[in-house]
Amino acid sequence: MKYKIGSALKEDFPIFTQNRDLVFLDNAASCQKPAVVLEAMDKLYRNFYANVHRGSYNIAEIVTSLYEDAREKIARFINAASAREIIFTRNATAALNLAARSLSIDFRAGDIVLLTELEHHASLVPWQEAGHRHNLKLEFIPVTPDGRLDINKARQQIKSKPKVLVMTAMSNVTGTVTEVEELVDLAKKAGAITIIDAAQAVQHKKIDVQEINCDLLAFSSHKLFGPSGLGILWGREELLEKMPPVEYGGHMIKEVNYQTASYASIPDKFEAGTPPIAEVIGLGAAIDFINQISMTTVESYEKELTAYCLEQFTKIPNLKLIGPKDNKNRGAIFSFVIDGLHPHDLATILDSIGIAIRAGHHCVMPLHSKFGIPATARASFTIYNGEEDMQALIFGLNKARQIIS
Amino acid sequence: MDIYQQKIMDHYKKPRYRGTINNPTHISVENNSLCGDRIEFQLSIKRKKIIQAVWQGEGCVLSLAAADVIAEHIQKIPLNQVSIINEEWLLGELGVKPSPSRLKCVLLPLIALKKALTNN
Repeated sequence: MKYKIGSALKEDFPIFTQNRDLVFLDNAASCQKPAVVLEAMDKLYRNFYANVHRGSYNIAEIVTSLYEDAREKIARFINAASAREIIFTRNATAALNLAARSLSIDFRAGDIVLLTELEHHASLVPWQEAGHRHNLKLEFIPVTPDGRLDINKARQQIKSKPKVLVMTAMSNVTGTVTEVEELVDLAKKAGAITIIDAAQAVQHKKIDVQEINCDLLAFSSHKLFGPSGLGILWGREELLEKMPPVEYGGHMIKEVNYQTASYASIPDKFEAGTPPIAEVIGLGAAIDFINQISMTTVESYEKELTAYCLEQFTKIPNLKLIGPKDNKNRGAIFSFVIDGLHPHDLATILDSIGIAIRAGHHCVMPLHSKFGIPATARASFTIYNGEEDMQALIFGLNKARQIIS
Repeated sequence: MDIYQQKIMDHYKKPRYRGTINNPTHISVENNSLCGDRIEFQLSIKRKKIIQAVWQGEGCVLSLAAADVIAEHIQKIPLNQVSIINEEWLLGELGVKPSPSRLKCVLLPLIALKKALTNN
């Protein structure tokens, strides 16, 4: 049986059953949680809670096994070769920081870090910092006026043998789906380590790390209908084993004496301290939920929804969409400006009728500067949104225009 | 929609003190990097009295209306009376209770004014 998707799915999300009029279009910032995720976490705290990997008593064993089962589910979800390659962090930002700090330790002055102009602060700033520390050279694959990567330029830039390629799989501003496989392939042939920021892509597209063939990939739980407070860093086992840990403490060690310590192998080496236990189990439940729908269904549904929204957006007078105008390699994230209507005023007026959008630079200041726009309004759709949400947005935009102009 | 009430929309649509003046004695610019809003105040202060005050800039309804309301109230007042122009006063004048994120919009011109008073 085909599992429901779109508006019908709102029935599975308590926030929507309790707020029937809520039109939530800020899914690029974070997604709502299905009841199954909340129940899994609630059940854990009520029935079994204990720390993981420590106790030998019954409930500790149960929690540890639920926790490690979730790691297996996450590994299968992105087609990782082994669950050992799944590292739990605080969020996607922490995963990207871990990668930058650990990898750059043996980088040398003048080494090139190749990023894209689409990167959000989470993938950019950790490399700026590593750059300052190790005198690295940051270079950027340019963005074309329609919000796509300049692939010809990228091919040239990769010839200069960057030490690492850092790129987003999907922009949280323009909705652009980038050419990860092609660029990863070229970068690896040039000897680069490849890092993919899948924070935005993971809820919209099937992520297969073996197909992408990258070396490291980061995403967060909260953008995948799981709880906040948990990020994932996936890495190739042989690379992770070579990378030094960047945080130290309990659980990440093998042996400790007063003067020194030896470290555990992966994933423990990168997971110092008590992890976000309930969150990991919650993400496992979110992945079961998504698997029931299937990422194939998600992709085809969102392609239809994107086409509908694009058509609607192009009909709105004086609205300028930032990013691709055609429905090829783009998702349902729409950043826009409207003449004479400030994004903050728009967001406030939409909020007054129950429509949540984001206004600002969406943690991507350099890209906004490049486009010469300080701030945009952003409506981002996901699996539980439908055409009626787009219609509500259009109604709200007209109302805002009436009030302001 | 109680934020976008008559008084605010009136100052936004028909600002009284938007512009520049010749030979200002005090100037300041304040930006909100989150949204790109920018308010500039130009003051002409003589013998401890604001002779003229104007503003210019770009921003949302709240920041621009607040700038104009502030400018209206500081025309021809002695400097020792400027201290009443604070957050509480401004919210009272505008008659709004903005959310924490929108409060920054309202306060932008106030910060610009305070900066102008110390810049000469």
